[in-house]
Amino acid sequence: MDNNKNWIDQRFPLTKVWNEHLAEYYTPRNFNFWYFFGSLAILVLVIQLFTGIFLTMHYKPDAANAFASVEYIMRDVDWGWLIRYIHSTGASAFFVVIYLHMYRALLYGSYKAPRELIWILGMVLYIALMAEAFMGYVLPWGQMSYWGAKVIINLFGSFPIVGDIILEFILGDYAVGDATLNRFFSLHVIAIPLILVVLVFLHIVALHTVGSNNPDGVEIKQNKDENGIPKDGIPFHPYYSVKDIVGVVVFLMIFSSIVFFAPALGGYFLEGPNFIEANPLMTPDHIAPLWYLTPFYSVLRAVPPMFGSQLPGVLAMFSALLILIALPWLDRSKVKSIRYRSWPYKVALGIFVVTFVVLGWLGMQAVTPLYSLMAQIFTTLYFAFFILMPWFTSIGKTKPVPERTTEK
Amino acid sequence: MKILLKTLSIVSVFIISFNASAAGGGVNLDHADTDITDEASLQRGAKSFMNNCSGCHSIELMRYNRIAKDLNINEADMAKNLMFNAEKTGSKIFSSMPVDGANKWFGTTPPDLSLTARAKGTDWIYTYLRGFYADDTRPYGVNNHVLKNASMPDALWQSKQDKSELEFNREVRDITNFLDYVSEPVKLIRYEIGVKVLGFLFILFILSYLMKKEYWKDVKYGKWRAKD
Repeated sequence: MDNNKNWIDQRFPLTKVWNEHLAEYYTPRNFNFWYFFGSLAILVLVIQLFTGIFLTMHYKPDAANAFASVEYIMRDVDWGWLIRYIHSTGASAFFVVIYLHMYRALLYGSYKAPRELIWILGMVLYIALMAEAFMGYVLPWGQMSYWGAKVIINLFGSFPIVGDIILEFILGDYAVGDATLNRFFSLHVIAIPLILVVLVFLHIVALHTVGSNNPDGVEIKQNKDENGIPKDGIPFHPYYSVKDIVGVVVFLMIFSSIVFFAPALGGYFLEGPNFIEANPLMTPDHIAPLWYLTPFYSVLRAVPPMFGSQLPGVLAMFSALLILIALPWLDRSKVKSIRYRSWPYKVALGIFVVTFVVLGWLGMQAVTPLYSLMAQIFTTLYFAFFILMPWFTSIGKTKPVPERTTEK
Repeated sequence: MKILLKTLSIVSVFIISFNASAAGGGVNLDHADTDITDEASLQRGAKSFMNNCSGCHSIELMRYNRIAKDLNINEADMAKNLMFNAEKTGSKIFSSMPVDGANKWFGTTPPDLSLTARAKGTDWIYTYLRGFYADDTRPYGVNNHVLKNASMPDALWQSKQDKSELEFNREVRDITNFLDYVSEPVKLIRYEIGVKVLGFLFILFILSYLMKKEYWKDVKYGKWRAKD
């Protein structure tokens, strides 16, 4: 065995990689509940890739056959229904996990120096994931696939001068149709998954270079023992690998409950109208994207058209997404963790969470005057969180940060 | 941390209750109260569907022999008694109505019903089928509470006339139940498999938790305990 290992190690840094990223990657000992979601995100990615391979074997990317081929998978392919439900539930689960993962960063200031690049890579991942999910949702070619695609893609047409060119470039046609479906299939199964895998790799490399943050926001590398091992660090493997396995099993229990007992989750994970085949001549009463895109959809609808153009709303929507990237530089606080932050930040974060959830809910509803007003108020609050951040993170009294992680 | 969790739970309760009260505008739908595990009801529903609905409506995502297998109906009996529009039991279930004729007689093609229960819900089907009322302005003398100016005649009028209200409701419930099954045949088995999967995961949870606890003794008291 050792001989084999030597043989490989002389030709490939197997032991070195194993040690650097697992057995001798020193991780803060005080991780809590919020630190499960990184490894869970990788789990969901693998689930999606794996089930996606099998779905691709049976799916037909053709406007005339796509809808029927999905039902063929649901009925005639052995265990096809299970693979399809795992994939559709996985899409929503991915966003649940990612939103909690991002919220963790907000709680403990994980985006702050020296981890800005991890945050930026993560944000690019998040945007790529949205594109991946959106294109995947078009593939079953139901009414919501078709009309949702039409609404979202048409947004790009609102750019002056270049709008129509961009539109044609995305659609491959003048309207959503077979050409669009075919290219979305290509992007969904190969282009974006490749980007996702590469970005995940970079995200982890960046993380392992600077080391993990923790609920106390203490840099464990500043306190090392005589062997150069952080005093508050423990090896990732086996301690966090066995801990993450518990997290994985609990996650799978929740995940399986949805897959087997409520795969549509009351219309949140699979919308009812999407069980009607796409019909360009019949507009559904109400078009709503799936829940994970609705906060940004709300922002879009909150801004009224100006000069006969949807452009302001579109710009607001993209800004709402892109402004997150600036977070490391908007946050002026000297401390990372919510445990030692001043009260104005705690209040602002609380309001932000409420804002995000309410915007998400509003994005699923049909427009009424009251909801429009609410969307405008909460869109203002959403942007206020970022614009006022340099101010509210620099006022108020922060608690002293301990030298070492606090034991629990 | 605890405060944040509290805020989150308050927000979610608010959202859920608000959502519940805002949902369900338009027509009030009666609760179908179907039970997919009730095999007799599914068999009666299949019979009613084939006799009353399949003349005009296809369920083309479904095959005769799949129904026979899933609902424990003998395939030969099925072919003899319930298969009016096909030669082979492996065929998909198409209506016997020609498209030209449908357009001439009803002004539209009767929709395929394979996925209606998923798209509109069982309550919708149950209420719709019971929702016909006399209206002389319509070509077939009936209109519908749920779907205004529906092109469909009251296909179940005979049952409505001959049966008691209770029996008629049961027949409609059986058809609804059958269409629910047709919209997702695996619904018959996925609950059962789900229970087994969760049972397996629960055992795995106990084992993985014990393994974690064992390893973390090193962190609490052993080699990796907190120093100074």
